[in-house]
Amino acid sequence: MTKQKRVIIAELEFSWKKFFLKWEWFLVLIFIGVNILNICVSPIDKGTRLPIYMSLSGLFNATLSFLEKAFIALPMAYILVLGDIDISVGSTVALSAVIMAESYNKLGLPMGICVIIALLVGTLCGFINGFILTKFTELAPMIVTLGTQILFRGIATIILKDQASQGLTNVAWFSQLYWGKLGAVPYIFIIFILCAIIFGFILHKTTFGRRLYAIGSNRIAAEYAGIQVQKIRCIVFTITGTFSAVTAIFLASCMGSARPNIASGYELDAISMVVLGGISTAGGKGNFVGAIIAIFIIGFLRYGLGLINVSSQVMLVIIGGLLIGAVMLPNLNIKGLVKKKTA
Amino acid sequence: MSEYVLELKGITKIFPGVKALDHVHFQLKPGEIHALMGENGAGKSTFIKVITGVHKAEEGEMYFDGKQVYFKGPKDAQAAGIAAIYQHVTSYPQLSVTENIFMGHEKVQKGRIQWKEMNKEADKLLMRLNADFKATDEMGTLSVAQQQMVEIAKALSMKARIIIMDEPTASLTKRESEELYKIAEKLRDDGASIIFISHRFEDMYRLATKVTVFRDSKYIGTYDVNNITNDDLITAMVGREINDLFPKPVVKIGEEILKVEKLSRTGYFKDVSFAVRKGEILGLTGLVGAGRTEVVQCIFGIEAYDSGVIYMNGKQVNIKKPLDAMKLGIGLLPEDRQLQGLILEWGIGRNITLPIIKELGKYSLTNEKKERAKAKELAERVDTKAVTLFDKASSLSGGNQQKIVVAKLLASDLKVIILDEPTKGVDVGAKAAIYDIMGELAKQGYAIIMISSEMPEILGMSDRIVVMCDGRVTGELKREEATQEGILEKAMAKTQKVAQATE
Repeated sequence: MTKQKRVIIAELEFSWKKFFLKWEWFLVLIFIGVNILNICVSPIDKGTRLPIYMSLSGLFNATLSFLEKAFIALPMAYILVLGDIDISVGSTVALSAVIMAESYNKLGLPMGICVIIALLVGTLCGFINGFILTKFTELAPMIVTLGTQILFRGIATIILKDQASQGLTNVAWFSQLYWGKLGAVPYIFIIFILCAIIFGFILHKTTFGRRLYAIGSNRIAAEYAGIQVQKIRCIVFTITGTFSAVTAIFLASCMGSARPNIASGYELDAISMVVLGGISTAGGKGNFVGAIIAIFIIGFLRYGLGLINVSSQVMLVIIGGLLIGAVMLPNLNIKGLVKKKTA
Repeated sequence: MSEYVLELKGITKIFPGVKALDHVHFQLKPGEIHALMGENGAGKSTFIKVITGVHKAEEGEMYFDGKQVYFKGPKDAQAAGIAAIYQHVTSYPQLSVTENIFMGHEKVQKGRIQWKEMNKEADKLLMRLNADFKATDEMGTLSVAQQQMVEIAKALSMKARIIIMDEPTASLTKRESEELYKIAEKLRDDGASIIFISHRFEDMYRLATKVTVFRDSKYIGTYDVNNITNDDLITAMVGREINDLFPKPVVKIGEEILKVEKLSRTGYFKDVSFAVRKGEILGLTGLVGAGRTEVVQCIFGIEAYDSGVIYMNGKQVNIKKPLDAMKLGIGLLPEDRQLQGLILEWGIGRNITLPIIKELGKYSLTNEKKERAKAKELAERVDTKAVTLFDKASSLSGGNQQKIVVAKLLASDLKVIILDEPTKGVDVGAKAAIYDIMGELAKQGYAIIMISSEMPEILGMSDRIVVMCDGRVTGELKREEATQEGILEKAMAKTQKVAQATE
């Protein structure tokens, strides 16, 4: 058509500077900082004369304190990439756990069936969110999931009043889900890492993941490109429900019981983990590796502060400050210092 | 006092990649109603925005009462006594008429809003306009015409000396328009000057004494309304030479491929029928708001149609979402490339391959290598000015962004290509390139539907032209028999007749 053709470069030039200016490296630095702090405050083991925290089993024990809620953070990353938000997950956890425990205690079903019931309940809760939001696209996800947050916990409270449904410790394998270990490594850690790899792989290596970013970046253009925006949103909200139920299962396994008031505030924990990881609530931005590192930063920080008996109120102040500082940093406009990576 | 209350000299306004105004002049006398006319995209709206301080001109001077003025923003223009009333009324429907009138300049004493005083004054203003509603009525309960009256009252409350009306009659009935004319005349008699933008000749003949015509961002001339005929005006508005900007190849036109029959969507368009053949370029034209975009959005599955049938290769098809249309081989280049066509923060490569990522990979995995190869091929084919595939779409000029959207369209395996205003806001060079590609595609046997408001483009590229007006097809012309005047007449079908009647 035209005489002189321009040639367009199709290879991305590798630059060390760009590589190291990624947000994830900054998170790694914070992660190391948090661990050094934890080592300093950790009690000393009498035998080895080393901080308990530095032992392998110490480290893995630390992960036990937060991994159950990290399962919600995985799909929450998808939700934020889409530019949506889901604040009903804590209530979904409670409802799934309560129904699971009651199926075992009141209906006398085998524990295996009860676990499946919990997964179904969580999935249904997520689907309800997704269905409402995609059928009535004008509604704000924040408001709809606020509604279901109250609704789901309300149902859980009606089922159990303010009682606890106990006795789950009687099933040995169920307790082992949370407490069991393979050598020094807890089962929950292995399962979490597997799930995280799958979630990260789907987000960054599949067409589904690419579409999530497209929808989050420009929902209208995504629709014009033939992407079934509402269908995908509904799927992601449903998966979020399913993984809330996974959290419910581990939480119940940990406590050996279920109450209607468990897991309150988990939605905010999950959202702060993901946001610290560099996934913006505006949608379309961020990297899954960042989210995973951030999960461990917040988890270890809490554990460390717990070791030196920092009260939970002060802990909130510290974590809140860390979150605000971290998300503010890329906006401070220090030339080329830290840049969030775009998809 | 100088002869002119407002005078603009040599105004030039440049948007990235496009000259929206090119050394434009304008003179407004006190107590004058001055019509401003031109095709869509001639620069009228930009010009108004320069006067009202929304846009800053790169070049040129503006004199108000003979003194040179610089408006830093809309506030300055308001303070000087310039008020604009837009086609789509920008009001607060839940608030009262009084609140709307005094929004931004409420009467306040000791920190308290003086409701009584404001209501009284609002009623006084409404009386002056012969309004049939009260100052305490809720804005949302009023008709469009009444809401416009409120806007005029607002202008009066700010003691505006120059009132700009941007297509005020576009959504009014004939009787409501008559009311508006009376108000405009009354304001003129009270000493205000009015700039009146309209597509209706009727408005101009009825009201204005002078008419200024813009075309292609340039000033064409100012005429006495008494000494000008319809034909003169149309020639002034569209009469430009069509050079060989349009490389329309001679293509053997094949069999019919897409056909729509009696397509209707309540409130937007009714009984729209047309067909397009292989290798054919079908021009779809009409004024803005004629329903052209809405029709193609229904064909592409963005919006749902109420009744009518779409046929593809003679078979009735059911299109519910864009994916259905794309599977049938229908592609759409949307009207708003930044909102609908591109993900601005993404590199151009990912933008181009977005609709076909699934086809490029296996088992739902993305295949970056294939994607880059495909994107490189397409980006080079449309000859975009980007350097790498990783340049963000937002970093390109309008014309190059449009080329990327075209490349994205070409990525899919299509049979029918719908282009909605493909050269809107695009500079001449990119325009030529886009026409080039269109010609090439027609040669390859694609059926092309091109929506355009630009006459030369429609005349230069189309094999057949379908004209729409007020949601209906008002005419179909062959390439040989089409003229600018003929199309404009059909596009303005109703108002044209009225204009002749009043002559």
